[in-house]
Amino acid sequence: MTPSTPPHRLQLNPRGRLQHFLTTEGLSTELLTEILDTADSFVSVGKQAVKKVPLLRGKTVVNLFFEASTRTRTTFELAAKRLSADVLNIDISTSATAKGESLMDMLWNLEAMDSDMFVVRHQASGAPHFIAEHVTPTVAVINAGDGRHAHPTQAMLDMYTIRRHKGAFPQLKVAIVGDVLHSRVARSQVHALRGLNVGEVRVIGPKTLIPHDFADLGATLHYDMAQGLKDVDVVIMLRLQRERMESALLPSESEFYRLYGLTQEKLAFAKPDAIVMHPGPINRGVEIESSVADSPRSVILQQVNYGIAVRMAVLSMAMSGQNEMQTVTGEQ
Amino acid sequence: MTMPDVAPLLDSMARAIESRLAPRFPQAPAMVGIHTGGAWLARQLHRQLGLQQPLGLMDISFYRDDFQGKGLHPQVKPSNLPFNVEGQHIILVDDVIMSGRTVRAALNELFDYGRPDMVSLVALVDLPRRELPIQPDVIGITMDLQPQQRIKLTGPDPLTLTLIEPSP
Repeated sequence: MTPSTPPHRLQLNPRGRLQHFLTTEGLSTELLTEILDTADSFVSVGKQAVKKVPLLRGKTVVNLFFEASTRTRTTFELAAKRLSADVLNIDISTSATAKGESLMDMLWNLEAMDSDMFVVRHQASGAPHFIAEHVTPTVAVINAGDGRHAHPTQAMLDMYTIRRHKGAFPQLKVAIVGDVLHSRVARSQVHALRGLNVGEVRVIGPKTLIPHDFADLGATLHYDMAQGLKDVDVVIMLRLQRERMESALLPSESEFYRLYGLTQEKLAFAKPDAIVMHPGPINRGVEIESSVADSPRSVILQQVNYGIAVRMAVLSMAMSGQNEMQTVTGEQ
Repeated sequence: MTMPDVAPLLDSMARAIESRLAPRFPQAPAMVGIHTGGAWLARQLHRQLGLQQPLGLMDISFYRDDFQGKGLHPQVKPSNLPFNVEGQHIILVDDVIMSGRTVRAALNELFDYGRPDMVSLVALVDLPRRELPIQPDVIGITMDLQPQQRIKLTGPDPLTLTLIEPSP
């Protein structure tokens, strides 16, 4: 898979509007803010007796998950349903690709069923981008997480959570803690935070799990929690992927917890009103202390709730970007 | 063509609401302004009429029927109806009514919050080019324009009507 058009250009239509959503990299402050503002309006839909708006009525959204993820898939499904779209969930492990059908053959078949949007989760970096390059021009592709590359909707729901609880970004110091190396979320978060002109973004973790290129992305690197968490407004914990332990990047789980686990004691280095976030699923006692995860400063469950509104915003904006290149009419 | 002042129109609309609409309401009505122009007008009418219930605001972007052609409005605002719509008497306020499609969308959104007992429609300017069977109960002024001309309300302070000529 060698993409030709970079994802940050491919995801915009000729008018500069979103037509796919592949990455937070290279998005303008205006567009990032527009996603957050649109999500704001969708939050009120969740308060209606009928939690549905007719925006995507008649559209078919296909959730194409090559990698299991219950939370992400269900919030995407709920988002599409609240937009009145028809939703198809394809479980790849039981589908034809397991029988040897190629990815493109499978996509063409789904397109032949008049699908309007693909929400793609894939273990290979760049897969959603590859699909976006090859689908019919009217079909929108949304990246629901690809390899170690990006998880842009998760990053945007994190941005939404931060703005909602902490206000304007330029005044804020945000710390991302843990296994940054294997995290697609961390990369998308740093791009989004920089795009929104955050005051400072720090990544904290063991040297083996902090890639140096994060400094080039505009983050400051820290290997010590006391130093890294000092005076931050937001602490974002990353999930420690236990399967990585075997690769000798970490001495042991307990050693990691001792140094980088977010306990009440370590949280005390942050500002007294700092919020704690986590993309889930959380490992209690591995990267976060139970009492921290359940404390009033934790906004982990709010993140899940905002995730629906943010995904509604991204789905409708991408579909809108596809639509607006067609007929234009005016009315009052 | 000179555009009328908004303030006297609002005064006459407030009087018409009190004399014509109020008697039909068995209980105190709630007011809902449609973003953005309708919201400005509703704020003023709400104050002038001294309505007790808090003002509701609605952005109907998610309910428009031209999403396929036009896409999503880039500046959608949150809807906020700070009262129970169920069983409520609602005065819907918009700046300009022309095709009636905005009101259709507003009614659909309103009913997703609950089942109001009654909905009345108030509009500052009526351009009688309806495409749907929807008529306002109270109108500030009816204007007859050339087919391509439009009216725009700017505000919120001051509220001014502007004629938009077709782009050549």
